[in-house]
Amino acid sequence: MTTLDVLFAAIGLIAAASAVLAVTTRHLVHAALWLVVTLGTLAGCYLVLGAELVALVQLLVYVGAVVVLVLFALMLTRAPIGPSPEHTSGPVQRAAAAVAGAGVAGLLGAVLLTALGGRLVSTREGRTHGVAEQLFGTWVWPFELLSLLLLVALIAAFAVSRMPSATGPEVTSPERRADEAVEVP
Amino acid sequence: MIHLALPLTLVAILAGAGAYGVIARRNAVLVLIGVELILNAANLLLVTMGSVTADPLRSGHVLALFVITIAAAEVGVALAVILALFRDRGHVDLSEPGT
Repeated sequence: MTTLDVLFAAIGLIAAASAVLAVTTRHLVHAALWLVVTLGTLAGCYLVLGAELVALVQLLVYVGAVVVLVLFALMLTRAPIGPSPEHTSGPVQRAAAAVAGAGVAGLLGAVLLTALGGRLVSTREGRTHGVAEQLFGTWVWPFELLSLLLLVALIAAFAVSRMPSATGPEVTSPERRADEAVEVP
Repeated sequence: MIHLALPLTLVAILAGAGAYGVIARRNAVLVLIGVELILNAANLLLVTMGSVTADPLRSGHVLALFVITIAAAEVGVALAVILALFRDRGHVDLSEPGT
């Protein structure tokens, strides 16, 4: 065990526990707050791995913006305060989900650990200077394309949220069914 | 120096937790939280591999930054879709059929 191993194990334990809590808690708002803990500790993991720039962007964009958007979504959909078991599926689907989740984790872990697990490596490749040089040199066109994608997503979000809302199912459903019938063949 | 087994185990746990959240939850916002966890598992794998391989292009870190940006755009659009769904139906329960 090296120093970085101990650090990563401590931070990663918190990240794993809060991730499991975020998908199992019965409080809607607590799920978003456990997501904050997961994303913040993941930024710590990136720091341990030597990726300072990614860690800071993770803090700024994920913890700062994405979680606020999730909390806004919870607030605007009138999420109840307090435990609300009706937001999780029934026991059968939960058991199936647990099997699927354990399968994903087991399969991914088995493949990754057998392929790369035993290696002891040094993390010296993440210096910010080199990453910035490559980001604005080699990767500059994909980077610019991403800003275009953000613009398109912003306009799409506006367009979707300003769509005329249905006044009632009996008014809109004939039109909708006609549209679907036209599009299906 | 770090053993690669630790980050890879965390990747597997995060992806498994995210998959469980996507399947087991009924509220659309909670499904979104599961998707975020899966995206972060992919991100952690990218950063780990970027940190330990001698890549002159720094692909791992740069692609992790790209994934973070795309996730931000995705959450913005998803919020708009969830709000439109809520206005249309009055709830965001994904297990109930639409009208």
